[in-house]
Amino acid sequence: MDAIIDIQDLSKTYASGFQALKDVNLQIRKGEIFALLGPNGAGKTTLIGVVCGIVNPTQGRVTVAGHDIIQDYRMTRSMIGLVPQELTTDAFETVWNTVSFSRGLFGKPASPQHVSKVLDELSLLPRKHSRIRTLSGGMKRRVMIAKALAHEPEILFLDEPTAGVDVELRKDMWATVRELKQSGVTIILTTHYINEAEAMADRVGVINRGELILVEEKTALMQKMGKKQLMLHLQNPIDTIPPRLAAYELEKNASGDELTYTYDTKSERTGITALLKDLSDAGIRFNDLQTRQSSLEEIFVNLVSSRS
Amino acid sequence: MNIRAIAAIYKFEMARAWRTVAQSIIAPVVSTSLYFVVFGSAIGGRITSIEGVSYGAFIVPGLVMLNLLTQSVSNAAFGIYFPKFVGTIYELLSAPVSYVEIVIGYVGAAASKSLLLGGIILGTAALFVPLHVAHPAWMLLFLLLTSVTFSLFGFILGIWADGFEKLQIVPLLIITPLTFLGGSFYSIRMLPPFWQGVTLANPVVYLVSGFRWSFYEIADVSVGVSIGMITVFLIIFIGIVSWIFRTGYRLKT
Repeated sequence: MDAIIDIQDLSKTYASGFQALKDVNLQIRKGEIFALLGPNGAGKTTLIGVVCGIVNPTQGRVTVAGHDIIQDYRMTRSMIGLVPQELTTDAFETVWNTVSFSRGLFGKPASPQHVSKVLDELSLLPRKHSRIRTLSGGMKRRVMIAKALAHEPEILFLDEPTAGVDVELRKDMWATVRELKQSGVTIILTTHYINEAEAMADRVGVINRGELILVEEKTALMQKMGKKQLMLHLQNPIDTIPPRLAAYELEKNASGDELTYTYDTKSERTGITALLKDLSDAGIRFNDLQTRQSSLEEIFVNLVSSRS
Repeated sequence: MNIRAIAAIYKFEMARAWRTVAQSIIAPVVSTSLYFVVFGSAIGGRITSIEGVSYGAFIVPGLVMLNLLTQSVSNAAFGIYFPKFVGTIYELLSAPVSYVEIVIGYVGAAASKSLLLGGIILGTAALFVPLHVAHPAWMLLFLLLTSVTFSLFGFILGIWADGFEKLQIVPLLIITPLTFLGGSFYSIRMLPPFWQGVTLANPVVYLVSGFRWSFYEIADVSVGVSIGMITVFLIIFIGIVSWIFRTGYRLKT
């Protein structure tokens, strides 16, 4: 695996005694979009803060392209662009100046061409001489992305990029992120919108209470999502499932009046027709049925609640 | 050394001064002119000269120092406090810059603004009284050392402050009174002996005295002591700043 970021045994305990990160181990692959999912206060922002140099780690080691983030901070930080969660901008500066400032701060020679290109890609070029405070929220968010891209980083951290952004803009933002990936930038984004992770990520990590509880390819997660359940409410409760129905691997609830059949929507045959016929042959009648899909959201909630 | 980062911070801070030119430049000039009109004419009418220097001319170095100190402190304090307050400090902390570079950028810009202001005030003063500078090189040295030293102090203040109130209180309630009581508008030799002794505990005395010596060759304390004291302050403030960055005090969590 070609890991561009390698996080080893990372822990962070704040002065208040609050442990924001517990032994986090994570490798980010070069060129991927990695979505870090978790509820508020899970440690997403702290994790990003450590990698970017804003938060001092209590324990552990982080390397970026093989360079230690503390000893070789100049090297690692110049490779990283950060878009924080909060909309924090120099309200009285112009778009052009603030983006040019960021480029200089990260040690790159002035390049009006590059600044123009970044602004153009983010549809900010017409507003380049506007003071930031005159811009809409969505535009301010894009200014912050432009600042983060001003020094041509190889890695981009987006902390809740679409928080408080309307649906239209969210789609635009996703498109922007995909284009960035196309250009070879590795992207780590945090979100608590599951559909955002679904729409964009190559891999998904779930963090809760400072612990990384799952890291998986999105497609693997999507397969879990592809599972559907059929719930049959029985007219008369049963004690045991007839042996002839064993192949369906039905689950019976405690009171025996509900059977659950799990099937794969993506397979050619779901087996529903056969199941209903076999149930009928076995003399099991039902007065209601429903299907449900376990969404990533549910998987996520289950994961999070089972640990807490 | 990330020279480009220093340049970016410096340029950014200087641009802020031009954006708020009324507050940064014009206000101090107006207030200085007022001091001249009120102190120069009203008191100058009673005290015609101190140690052979006309009262109006005598107070010029003190006035310049008063502005230099308050402006250095407030400019540098505001420069670093504001990013902390609005949250843009994240960028500074995540940038490939060393602490030394950050300090050079911010303190350099604040000191430059103070020097510029000192020059403007001297120019304004020249319109009211004939100015004579006996030792221009020493005068510049005092201007430079004072600007840098107190911009550093302002930088420390800006990092320490957790509200606008603290930011205002130090220049208003500490720097200004110390400057007024530090012989800006009188010679401390005019005080009773006991108060002369007390006054020597006021750091501003050494700044004003040395600076005035570079104009008129009259001083309350010897010029060597003045330079020595400024250097001591400078070293103390550099020490505090390096401690702040080593520990991440009020900057990093």
